[in-house]
Amino acid sequence: MATTTVTRPAETLVSSAGRVRAKSPYPHWFYLPAAVIYGVLFIVPTIIAFYFSLTRWSIFDSKFIGLGNYRTFFQEPALVTSLWHTLIYAVVTSGLKVVLGLLLAMLLTSQILARGYLRSVVFFPVLVSTIGVGLTFTVLMNPEKGLINQSLSLIGIQGPGWLTDPSYALLSVALVDVWKGVGLATLIYIAGIVSIPQEYFEAARVDGAGAWENFRHIVLPLARPATVTVITLSLIGGLRSFDLIWAMTRGGPGFTSDVIASVIYKQYQAGFYGLSTAGNVVLFLVVTAIVLPLSRFLNRKEVEL
Amino acid sequence: MRTRHIAVALLAAGSMALTACSAGSLGSSDSSAGGKVTLNFLVDNGAETVKIANQLAKDFAAKNPAIEIKVETRPAGTDGDNLIKTRLSTGDMSDVFEYNSGSLFQAIAPEKNLVPLDDGQNIGNLDKNFTTTVTANNKVYGVPWGGFMAGAILYNKDVYAKLGLSVPKTWDDFMANNAKIKAAGIAPVIQSYGETWTSQLFVLGDFANVLTADPQFPDQYTKNQAKYATTPAALAGFQHLQQVHDLGYQNKDYASAKVPDALRYLAQGKGANYPILSALMSELIAENPGSENKIGLFAIPGTDASQNKLTVWSPAGVYIPTTTTGAKLDAAKKFLAYIASSDGCNSQTAASTPTGPYAVKGCTVGDNVPQAVKDMQAYIDGGNSSLALEFLSPVKGPALEQICVEVGSGISKADAGAKHYDEDVKKQAQQLGLSGW
Amino acid sequence: MTVLTSRRPRKNLLLSFLAIVLSVIVFLVPFAFVLLTAIKDQQQASLLDFSWPHQFRLVQNFIDVVEARDYMLIIAFINSTILTVASVTLMVVFGAMVAFVLQRRRSKWNALVNALVLAGLIIPPAVVPTIWVLQKLGLFRTMPGLILVEVAFGLSFVILLFRAFIGTIPRELDEAAVIDGAGPMRLFFRVILPLLRPVIITSVVVQSVFVFNDFTNPLYFLPGDQNATVQLTLYNFASTYNTQYNLLFMNILLITIPPLVMFLFFNRQIVAGMTAGAIKG
Repeated sequence: MATTTVTRPAETLVSSAGRVRAKSPYPHWFYLPAAVIYGVLFIVPTIIAFYFSLTRWSIFDSKFIGLGNYRTFFQEPALVTSLWHTLIYAVVTSGLKVVLGLLLAMLLTSQILARGYLRSVVFFPVLVSTIGVGLTFTVLMNPEKGLINQSLSLIGIQGPGWLTDPSYALLSVALVDVWKGVGLATLIYIAGIVSIPQEYFEAARVDGAGAWENFRHIVLPLARPATVTVITLSLIGGLRSFDLIWAMTRGGPGFTSDVIASVIYKQYQAGFYGLSTAGNVVLFLVVTAIVLPLSRFLNRKEVEL
Repeated sequence: MRTRHIAVALLAAGSMALTACSAGSLGSSDSSAGGKVTLNFLVDNGAETVKIANQLAKDFAAKNPAIEIKVETRPAGTDGDNLIKTRLSTGDMSDVFEYNSGSLFQAIAPEKNLVPLDDGQNIGNLDKNFTTTVTANNKVYGVPWGGFMAGAILYNKDVYAKLGLSVPKTWDDFMANNAKIKAAGIAPVIQSYGETWTSQLFVLGDFANVLTADPQFPDQYTKNQAKYATTPAALAGFQHLQQVHDLGYQNKDYASAKVPDALRYLAQGKGANYPILSALMSELIAENPGSENKIGLFAIPGTDASQNKLTVWSPAGVYIPTTTTGAKLDAAKKFLAYIASSDGCNSQTAASTPTGPYAVKGCTVGDNVPQAVKDMQAYIDGGNSSLALEFLSPVKGPALEQICVEVGSGISKADAGAKHYDEDVKKQAQQLGLSGW
Repeated sequence: MTVLTSRRPRKNLLLSFLAIVLSVIVFLVPFAFVLLTAIKDQQQASLLDFSWPHQFRLVQNFIDVVEARDYMLIIAFINSTILTVASVTLMVVFGAMVAFVLQRRRSKWNALVNALVLAGLIIPPAVVPTIWVLQKLGLFRTMPGLILVEVAFGLSFVILLFRAFIGTIPRELDEAAVIDGAGPMRLFFRVILPLLRPVIITSVVVQSVFVFNDFTNPLYFLPGDQNATVQLTLYNFASTYNTQYNLLFMNILLITIPPLVMFLFFNRQIVAGMTAGAIKG
């Protein structure tokens, strides 16, 4: 049904009314302001970066060395593990954001007390500075003095070294990422759920459907665009994630929570600009290889719906 | 001054919505007003550094009313390295700036970016140990910021006295002490991996001992002929890290403790030894009043008791970028000459407790210094010290701190750590374009 | 909202209770911790524990933080405000224009524009080449330069958000406006833009927060103390040699207030916008 409306765009209507095609109500020059800013400050530097990734660039001078940087980059012992860390981090954070975001959105659109307070409190961490959140949770997750382990010890549990134990560090940062970001996922889902026409729920109520049927047959399929947005955004965010990891562990202890972005940043910090730029290109390829097919898949499904 | 700033700030706040321009103008007053020259002076944001910078600016301005120094800060550590390089390469450096000497100084292409000072006033007055670390192609580019510092072990004298221990001269003596300290229920070795840079001292601070065992090491190391993993004396630093962890000699929260925690443990006698830079004494004293004379210092022990030497870090330098010209350049040179004078030293001493001898001839730290600084001075006066490797070779891998954390936390072993570091060093040397790599 | 309540007056008390208790533990306690640490003295703050302050130094810590580095925090607040307002305004207007044409018009440009939008989300910005370009334009180290950089980096997200929502606006509206003789400008600014209010609010909130909280871009594209933004002031107290936790957390507290105020102000509009949408739907 939706497809029939899509095949009736206004421009064909206008042009069939005998107007010139250039007078489309959707002029291409609307692209112009954005295109100029974006082109000059994003596309151009990115293209220059491609060239510099093939140089030994110490900022004061640069020398063309072909693919040498890529070779060095793939010899970097931390890279292979950081690749895995990046994937784990992205999947864990976006998975949890989808599940928790949807559950919270259901909860926050249902009949409960203090709904306004709950919505605010869930969304608020999104607004707080990442560096600030990172610093705060580093303190809360302190293995000896931190509030989390202090509280756990009250009920007889010896909490782990959240950020200092090599096997927990990455997941702990991921959890904080979810804590900070789930509010945005929830907001997107709430917007999706409240835009579902009430008639559907009324019809379902007439049919005697319960909460689960409502969720399964109305909310889940109709909130799909929201799911696509949440997955795409949090996956890209997760794959590129850097700020929080840097604020909390700096990739440590050792290299156990290093992700690609932090490896790149470390090369950058060390003054290996060409090498770091080569890392940027690698990250770009990794993210594209994952996100592009996935978003194409999700969007195709959406059209079919 | 302050009230004026507030007034301007409020005014700007009121009109900002209309003008949508940067509020930056309210920070930097017009440099040419009334023939007055204003110099922007960029320093790292360490509390003691800022104190010293402000004091110097004030005392210098009192003598040179025509010149005003405005102190700017930047992040310390690797973020700061980045900022310095970016601003130099874009021709956007402050008029005068403070930055490390040694290998980091070499990495900012001094011949291209900095103004040489050889003909400058007071330059001949500087300690040669310092000037070699700010020299490129036989030209001196910087004056010293603060004093020398040691990479050594700070120890609690009360704990040592109570347990009847003496200052160790060899690593074995040190470990024997540690066994007794642990038996007494005190953490023998304090580590603070919450700030990763502090993990490197057992390796970097051991360098004087490496040099004793193998005087050719820095040269061969620079030429890609000597390696950490295959030079026993150099590998020892990594092995020490591993031993301390394997024997459980670290404080329980070594993985998360930060410098203030570590200093508190040391001052309160909850820990006995802390391998660290002596510059942290000023923070230790500021936060733990009354600990000035309770804390002593000894060099990281090696294998030979008769040759136990102290590894010393040269002070950071103050430099002028080539982008500073005309009246500003003259003013900047005057300011540097002031820093390199005994008045400059006194000004620094007034701002912050000196934590090591100055690199300016005729400057003394006085008798009123903490015990650890006296201990350090004894090594230097006795000729038992040598500069750290980063001042003798431009080669320094950027990942040493993470590697040391791995070895010191039992994530990897000493051999693997040393090998990893050799790889890291190779990458850096290649990126610097050194010959032989 | 009132419509919903009148239809379904029964509230789930047990669930409500559980949700409130959990929300306090998970979301409020960390903020309480920030607040408590911010009013301790330096010695107690460095213990990092969740305890009642020995002495209340709210005012003193506040003054210390504000006075630090010659009132840098006040300058930083002014800079951050200008940066946020200007860049978000441009981002939203330009982004909505792109999204509108992209969603409505089928042309050979669509594939390219879509690819560029996605690229903007994926590609990590190349810092030093960007500085190089800004310098050539004479915009390096200027507020307009940083504003344009933030716009360039933020456009993709805004376009993505707008495109999805413009899809829900019936084309019949455009057709009616065009038949009434509206040109593209009037169609977009008078007819479409007002209908986008809910998504405008969402993107303004999200992007303001992003720009206000941005730390890396100001550090590189607008260096210097007199240009500092609020996130940079965090660095003032978290340095390598010295960590003053009470002032650090006071700083976190202070830079959290503007987003909080903005949120309290916009929150009502978000809910209102959503409720309106729900009733209309």
